[in-house]
Amino acid sequence: MQKLSRRSFLKAGLAAAGTLGTSGLALPASVRGADTNELATLIDIRKCVGCEACVDACQEVNAHKFPEPEKPFPKMYPSRVKVADWSEKRDVRDRLTPYTWVFIQNATVTVNGEEQELSFPRRCMHCQNPPCADLCPWGAARKLENGITRIHSDICLGGQKCKAVCPWKIPERQTGVGLYLDILPSLAGNGVMFKCDRCYNRIEKGELPACIGACPEDVQTIGPREEIIKQARMIAKEIGGYIYGETENGGTNTIYVSPVPFETLNKAIEKGPGRPHFDGVEDAMAHADNLAKAMIIAPLAGVAAGVGRFYKAAKNLDASRGKEGKR
Amino acid sequence: MEQNFFPEHKYITRAYIFIIFMMTLTGFGQMPIFKRYYIADIPGLGWLAEFYLTHYIHYIGAILLFAIFAYCTAGYFLVGRHTFRLTGPAYVRIILLSAITLTGIFRVLKNLPDMVFSPNFTMFIDISHMVFVMIFLLAAAVFLFMKTGWLMPK
Repeated sequence: MQKLSRRSFLKAGLAAAGTLGTSGLALPASVRGADTNELATLIDIRKCVGCEACVDACQEVNAHKFPEPEKPFPKMYPSRVKVADWSEKRDVRDRLTPYTWVFIQNATVTVNGEEQELSFPRRCMHCQNPPCADLCPWGAARKLENGITRIHSDICLGGQKCKAVCPWKIPERQTGVGLYLDILPSLAGNGVMFKCDRCYNRIEKGELPACIGACPEDVQTIGPREEIIKQARMIAKEIGGYIYGETENGGTNTIYVSPVPFETLNKAIEKGPGRPHFDGVEDAMAHADNLAKAMIIAPLAGVAAGVGRFYKAAKNLDASRGKEGKR
Repeated sequence: MEQNFFPEHKYITRAYIFIIFMMTLTGFGQMPIFKRYYIADIPGLGWLAEFYLTHYIHYIGAILLFAIFAYCTAGYFLVGRHTFRLTGPAYVRIILLSAITLTGIFRVLKNLPDMVFSPNFTMFIDISHMVFVMIFLLAAAVFLFMKTGWLMPK
């Protein structure tokens, strides 16, 4: 699915030589110019060797987006509000942080009676109906038409609601940056939330996200969601494998294919803050979507009840007015 | 609202005030402030820090308000308008409630799957919804102080 231009090929070659990184890898032909199509990525767990090339590429390419906090941080009120400072721990690579938007998770599992060490990149799932974007009170978290869920760092106040409602608790906060410093730094907000934006700016230019372009094993593929789902199903059928992300939280734009059940992987991985699970996830917005449908019926029911209640009185009123008119 | 054509208005007024109160509470609960400022620590108010729960309550409140508005509008146009007219403060309330409803509808639409608005429009509806609510609350407080109702005899 991935097609490289001559320029991209040359640059990729240089990147392999360790000089230029991932700067010019082009999006697949099926994706270029398809701004309105939802794009998904497929992560084939079998292929990942855990080399962390994706982690390096992400940090290199997105370095200009990383927070540069002002210190000392404003004193926070009330005292229960804790600062989140990762700026002195930028080299942490075994979990998600404001400076590590993708990391490699490891699991020791048994495949066909043989113990295997599996590794796989973890980052934002880019949900099809992302609760973080739906429930952000400022519109700082947004879903883009091409399926990316992005937190706008110039608008985010760092209230961490997106993390609270995210089924995987993906976004991470950095105190001391962002809009809150210009409003009420001690009383409202606490920095900015950071997470993978799937290199939205590279995709805009027709380039591959850094983690995809840098992978020497082609672990990740990007394409229109329906094609990615077809591909995932084909691989799963071929290897007797399993898919994660097709239906989780109503469907995500990050799809994993694994040779072992995700329940097994979930038990084998280290979970906790910054280390997302592989649990089954129900559609977090499903109840709200059903209530939205009821909002269409409510006014109709109200009018029907009102007409039923007042129609007879209106007729009587008209009749008495008619009589008065005749007199 | 002393409308003799509308004896149930007392119950509807109470329900309307209660729902508006809950909508305001759950609306502000969409911002992460109740936990930060210990309000959710008050026994019985822990639910205010549950974002999904406050979101559902906000939606249910909107459903009930839509039904009440529609019922009262039908009553006014079928019967009430012959003997009553809307007061000036009623027009102010109607305009503000319409603005809140309209921005709220767009907010609900934005939350549906496959519905994507532009970033600027998203931020506009988020912030304008809240601003209209704050103006409405201010106006409602003034009208309460002035004891002005919705209708007056013709």
